[in-house]
Amino acid sequence: MKYVDSAQVQKNMGGRLRTNQIMKILFLISTLIGLVVLVVLFYRVLADGLGWINMNFLTNRLSVDADRAGIMGAILGTLWLMLVVAPVTMFLGIGTAIYLEEYAKKGRFQSFIQTNIANLAGVPSIVFGILGLTVFVRGMGLGNIVLAGGLTMALLVLPIVVVASQEALRSVPQFLREASYGMGATKWQTIKKVVLPAAIPGILTGVILALSRAVGETAPLTVIGIPALLIPFPDSILDKFTVLPMQIYYWTIDSALVAEYSNLAAATIVILLLILLIMNSIAVIIRNKFQKRY
Amino acid sequence: MDNEQNRDLKVREMIQQNKQNVSLNSVTEKLMPRFLFVVAIISIITTIGIVITLLTETVHFFRDVSFAEFFTGTELSPLGSDAEFGILPLVTGTIISSTIAMFVAIPIGLMSAIFLSEYASEGVRRTLKPLLEVLAGIPTIVYGFFAFTFVTPLLRTIIPGLEPTNILSPGLVMGVMIIPMIASLSEDAMSSVPNAMREGALALGATKLETTWRVVIPAAMSGIVASFVLGISRAIGETMIVTIASGSSKNFTFDVTQSMQTMTAYIVEVTGGEAPAGSTLYYSLYAVAMTLFVFTLIMNLIAQYISKRFREGY
Repeated sequence: MKYVDSAQVQKNMGGRLRTNQIMKILFLISTLIGLVVLVVLFYRVLADGLGWINMNFLTNRLSVDADRAGIMGAILGTLWLMLVVAPVTMFLGIGTAIYLEEYAKKGRFQSFIQTNIANLAGVPSIVFGILGLTVFVRGMGLGNIVLAGGLTMALLVLPIVVVASQEALRSVPQFLREASYGMGATKWQTIKKVVLPAAIPGILTGVILALSRAVGETAPLTVIGIPALLIPFPDSILDKFTVLPMQIYYWTIDSALVAEYSNLAAATIVILLLILLIMNSIAVIIRNKFQKRY
Repeated sequence: MDNEQNRDLKVREMIQQNKQNVSLNSVTEKLMPRFLFVVAIISIITTIGIVITLLTETVHFFRDVSFAEFFTGTELSPLGSDAEFGILPLVTGTIISSTIAMFVAIPIGLMSAIFLSEYASEGVRRTLKPLLEVLAGIPTIVYGFFAFTFVTPLLRTIIPGLEPTNILSPGLVMGVMIIPMIASLSEDAMSSVPNAMREGALALGATKLETTWRVVIPAAMSGIVASFVLGISRAIGETMIVTIASGSSKNFTFDVTQSMQTMTAYIVEVTGGEAPAGSTLYYSLYAVAMTLFVFTLIMNLIAQYISKRFREGY
């Protein structure tokens, strides 16, 4: 006598297995949708912009004449901006992380700062722009210069650096600290000479990711008021400036008037994405090469 | 004798020096925590700074415009002598663009997460996930360009009535931008469901789909819902895509083929126009930003609450 009626099983299971197969394919397709859009986006940008990239485009000043327009000013502006954002956000971010991980007692206050940082990460970037406009540009009377934009951006990306640095510090094993104390080192000596060097690859990865966010960010700078005019190249952090994303913004919205501006925007996007690609590759290399597993 | 005295002196000097070092060390030891404490406080000052700036100027705004007019007014025409400051057109614009985005991001994001977490082999997962995360790393201005110069013209060939600037196209593109966020966070939540639970379901004869649907997803629900809420918050705060592709008409409408303005886009328009400080127009900037800030803050708090309160510990 048969205990299992295979025909019956087939009848019951067949449909369920088929649904499973169909859904599996559906799941795969939706995963691929995102990637297809990515490919279309890249293709679109490259097709529009690649032909416009040449030496003149990279080294010329801005111009209303599409054939002569270049993005040197925007590239320099981006570099100057990073020169402000990097030290400020590293100082604040790493300092906060060291305090939270090494000094703060676990308790109400520490979790208050922690929640605050989580919420700060969720504040829309444009609200940071308003903060920058009110405090740095108008309040301190700095005007729309590199320093004001840089400080605003530094605060915007601060949570990224804090969280990454905290994770890096947390992954330094306790026995390294104990060995250092055992040798008679004080707490700060231990942090400075043992913990930080061990955590630096993780911290640097976070800093680079934060900077690449700042390089691509546009909204806060539109609020601060970056001029669309032809301004001289910035020479210090006290000069007016423009950055690559702002240039893309102006060229995109004006592409309805001059069709070539759309190509200029695409070409600038190629350069911007190239910069981001380089920065992210450096972050990946640092992470893979220098991160020790304990 | 002389030599010995010399050595004695040297040792004394060394002890002296050591003492100085120690006292210097103990000063740094005492100062460093305080110094770092001050640094850590700056993040709190930033939050307070945001709230105070928004609040003080918003109070100015409500001296000129009544609460009722602002929150129930369906007309927004900030320029001219008979200016109207109703925020509803901006709120509907924001809600509609976010809704369109979530219609794209939630199903695709969740289905991607299911595929990556439950169906894909380790190798496939390791290739697909970073690729998907590239989407999250692309600056929003690039998506704005994409929406304006590619998606809108494409949609216009399908939907003839579509205006050159409309809310549909930026909404869809914003959805694509949020896919990796939802996929990644939901995948994390689903991966942390222990295998024993899956094996239990499979041993009872459930198919993989049934296991995922009836066991894994309910178990990971808090993380999944939190990722949806964070996605909504991201959509509400998104600026450049809607600024570029949705234009600046302050229409109070629910017709997605029309141009609408979101709260974020309004802020860009008003600051870009260099509103004179002290005017009602200038203060309206802060009132709108305050509303936006409260919207996103509530969303973020809900997400934190969900993932803390309903987290299942395994």
